[in-house]
This record gives sequence, C-alpha cells and structure tokens, in this order.
Amino acid sequence: MNIINYIIENYALILERTGEHITLAGIAVLLAVSIGVPVGFGIANNKKLAGNVMKVANVIQTIPSLALFAFAMPFFGIGAKPAIFALFLYALLPIIKNTLLGIHNVDPSIREAARGMGMSKTQIMFQVEVPLAIAVIMGGVRIATVTGIGIATIAALIGAGGLGSLIYQGISMMDIPMITAGALCSALLALFADFILGLVENKLTSPGIVKQETI
Amino acid sequence: MIKLVGVSKSYDNVTNVVDNLDLEIKTGELVVLVGESGCGKTTTMKMINRLIEPTAGKIFIDEDNIQELEKNALRRNIGYVIQNVGLFPHLTIDKNIAIVPSLCKMDPIKIDEKVKELLEMIELPYDEYAHRFPRELSGGQQQRVGVARALANDPDVILMDEPFSALDPITREQLQNELLNLQETLNKTIVFVTHDIDEAIKLGDRIAVMADGKIVQYDAPEEILKNPINEFVETFVGTDRLWKTPDMLKAEDIVSKKMTKIRASRSVAQAIELMKEHNTEVLVVVSKQENNKDEFVGIVGSNRLRGISNHDTKMRDIMKVDITRIPSDMPLDAVLAIRKEKNLRFSPVFENQTKLIGIISNTSILNVLSDIIPESEAY
Repeated sequence: MNIINYIIENYALILERTGEHITLAGIAVLLAVSIGVPVGFGIANNKKLAGNVMKVANVIQTIPSLALFAFAMPFFGIGAKPAIFALFLYALLPIIKNTLLGIHNVDPSIREAARGMGMSKTQIMFQVEVPLAIAVIMGGVRIATVTGIGIATIAALIGAGGLGSLIYQGISMMDIPMITAGALCSALLALFADFILGLVENKLTSPGIVKQETI
Repeated sequence: MIKLVGVSKSYDNVTNVVDNLDLEIKTGELVVLVGESGCGKTTTMKMINRLIEPTAGKIFIDEDNIQELEKNALRRNIGYVIQNVGLFPHLTIDKNIAIVPSLCKMDPIKIDEKVKELLEMIELPYDEYAHRFPRELSGGQQQRVGVARALANDPDVILMDEPFSALDPITREQLQNELLNLQETLNKTIVFVTHDIDEAIKLGDRIAVMADGKIVQYDAPEEILKNPINEFVETFVGTDRLWKTPDMLKAEDIVSKKMTKIRASRSVAQAIELMKEHNTEVLVVVSKQENNKDEFVGIVGSNRLRGISNHDTKMRDIMKVDITRIPSDMPLDAVLAIRKEKNLRFSPVFENQTKLIGIISNTSILNVLSDIIPESEAY
C-alpha cells in the first residue's frame, strides 16, 4: 500500500497543501457569498437587470478554468491572488442564481401579507425573504464550495499551491501515490466541506420550512 | 367609519378599474364587496390600506385622510386577512400572531398575553398549538390563525380578501359562523371581499354589489334579494336565491294586500255577492268604532257562508274572531308551521300587532312561490 506509506511519510507536506487549498477555495467562496448574496437581493425585484446579471455570470461559467486563471494573471501576477480571483468568479454564478431562486420561490401571498401588515421593505427582506430563501441560498454556497475545491487543484499551475501541486508534481515525477494522495485529499476535502455546510444549512433553516428535494 | 369619496383607479389612464366610487361604511359594520372577478372589488379594498394607491379621490378612516398617514403605520392599524392566508412558514404560530405587535414594539409580556387570548378565542389551545409551525395545521386552522393575526394589534378596521374561498365547503361554513360570532363581541369595522353571493348574504350587514368598477347596489342583504335595483343585480343574485334562503322571506312578503272589506252588519247574501265581485274567498269584517273609524273585527271565509239559509244571519254572527295574528316580520317557515298546526286557511298579517296589512292564503303563498322559482324549472 504505497499510498498509505506516502501519506504517513509526508503528512506534514500534505497538511500544508491542504491548508493552502482551504485558503484558496475558502476565501473565494466567502468573497462570492458576501458579494453574490447582496447582489442577488439587490436585483431580485428587477427582472431585466436580474436577467442580464445572470447572463454575465453564465458567460463567466463557460470560460475554461485554465483560461480564466491565465486571464487573471496579467492583473494579479502569479500565486494565490489570481487563483482566488478566478475561483471567486466561478463561485458567483451558483450563489447569485440560488439567491434569486430562493427569493422568487417565496410565496407571493406571504409577501403580500407582510406588506399588508405594515412591514417595511427592509423588514420584509430580513424577517421574511432571508429566512425563507436561506436553504436555497445555502444550496448555492455548497455547489460553489464543492466545485471551487475541485477547480482549485488547477490553481497550482499558476503557482497558487494547494493540493493541485501534489498532483502536478506527481505527474511530472510519475509518482502515482503522490498523485493519488493529492486527488484523494481534494475529494475528501470537498465532501467534508459539503457535509459541514449541510449542517450549517440545517442550523439556519427553520424547521417550519419543508425542504425541497434538490437534484 | 370608512369613507371613500370619488375614488378611481386606473392603470393605463384609459379604463378605470375602480370608477368614481363613493362608499360609506359605518363603524362596527360588516360590509361585503361582492362581484365577478375583475369588477374592482379587491382593488377597492386594497386602496383602504394603500396596497394600491388611488388615481383620484379621497379615502377617510374616521376623520383621517389616509393619504396623509404614514403607509406602514396605517397598515399596522388595519387587520388584513387574505385568501392564501400568508402565514410565515418559518415562524411558529405564536410568533406569527405576534408579528404586528412586535413591529409596533409592544411589550413582549403583553404580546404573550395577547397571543394567548387570541389563540383561546379561535379555539386553538395555547399549549397545543402555540409552538407548532403553520404547515402542521389544517387549512381551516391556518386561516383561523390568519384572523387572529389580523386582530393582534386591536385594529378597528379589518380587511378580508376572499378569506374563506380556498377552504372546503364544511370548513368554510364553520369559519363563516365563527366570524359572525366573533363580530358579535368585537364589533370591528370589516370590509369583506368575495365573489360568492351566498357568503355575502350570510355575512354582510350591508352588501355592495359591484360591476365595472362601480357599486351597482349598496343595501342590506334582504333588500338586495327582494328588491334588486336592476337586471344585473337580479341575475347576479340569482332568481332562485330567495327560494334557497327561505328564512329571508317574511310574512309581509307573501301576504296578499288586496283585501275586500265588509261591515259586520251585512248579510250572507251580500257577502257572497262581494266575493263573486272581487273574486276572493275571504272577507275582512270591519265595524265602526267610537272614534268613527273602521276597525278590523274578524274574517269570514267562503266556507262559513255555505248552507246558511237564515236571512237574519249577519257577518258578526258567523265571522271568525279568535284569530292567530301573524306579525309582519315572521319568517315564512314559521308562518307555514303555524298554518299547518292550527289548520288555518286564512291568516291575517299585522304590523305592530294592530295594523292589518293583508291576508296569507294558499293562493298568496303559491303566487310568491311561482314568482321565485326560476322559469327554467317551471313546468
């Protein structure tokens, strides 16, 4: 079992790479949440604007990840910065999309009742829309995180480090256990992050809301 | 009191959804706006809590022009119940009821008391229901909570937009009855919108029948049923409506006001002659009193004249005097029950116990029935 030996012998390196990986994906997703969610709420009531924003986000999503990393380099140099920027752009789409979806899914009669009872727009947003949309928004965050962790492995190519560097180093050295260790850790990290975010989602969602089965 | 003065609403500046409408609703009155969809009834109602702003006209609640009030403050003082209930699914029942008081920064202890009181009133025990979520309640229970929520801030005015339309017929009837019971003690000013004329008749102190953004008739339910102002109201109400709600028919509605009078001193032959002449089977016997006025003293039916050969027999000898006096506001079913029980052929109907206004006979009842049974069903 070469792979187990490899991990035991190199656990310090692997931990370091995992730490870098978490930093890359984590910062990118946090940035995407802090910008994507407010943007989603800001444009939800403007159908045309929401459509345009979604178009832009969709276009970004179609750019191959490697190319996006390359495009970021002239602006941010090499290393973690361009990687985080590219990952952030990738994370935006699922987060904005799910935020919009979550808000649009709020039953219009609930909103009407809220207005009729004399709630201000801000009160409706924080007391009604956010709690009702939170599960769907968190769904977007989970997708963004899982894909972000996956794509972050490519960031090693522009010198950002992370678990990707184990994989690329392994490829150039034909070191199968090294490649496997990098890939395995990345996959486990994604699963673990998804699990944790699932717990957060449950914590934030009121038990009064029946969660829709998501595909 | 709610007063709408010349209120119009137009979305395209061409057609008025609500057209120069005047409406006055007294304090403590339950007024139903009824009409087909698109007649402007919901729009009219939503202008009262400014969910929709009028294009023209003014709306007053008591003395205040609502345009001059702060929108959200106005709405917090008006209860609002909608068809799809609109409870907040993420909040428990007690929190749902507490929404408006919380918005108004009411003391939490007082809010708690109010919630308990309201849950008791809608017969959902606090211990059992306060901490449940809306989805754990049936549709009828949810709408009860919807009503409780609207009452939480003790508003004087409540707007109800087809609140029972989405419920099954049995639950709907239950909630309608509960609303009537509540209204008995609460005496709120309620504006109730529905497309269901049955519901309107059942609940309304007054009904405003609307069409094309105008009020066609604004009257008590009985008046709308008995005296529809035009063909539209008549068709909308349905010609068979009275037949379906016979308790709305009173003695005065089925009475025959054509009475033939005869003096107590007249003879049998004269009575027979009068009956022939007026084509009637019953005569009202009157006699001159001290104040020189004719007073009702009895009735004579054709059966009492039969076989009497004595020429000296006068009306006063054969008339019926122990008469069951039917009050003019007695409902039809009660009249029928008395007639059956006492085997009466002719029942004089009195207004204020003294003034005779006519006589109910089988013929007069048949006449009324043939009027209200829809023509398509007549054969």
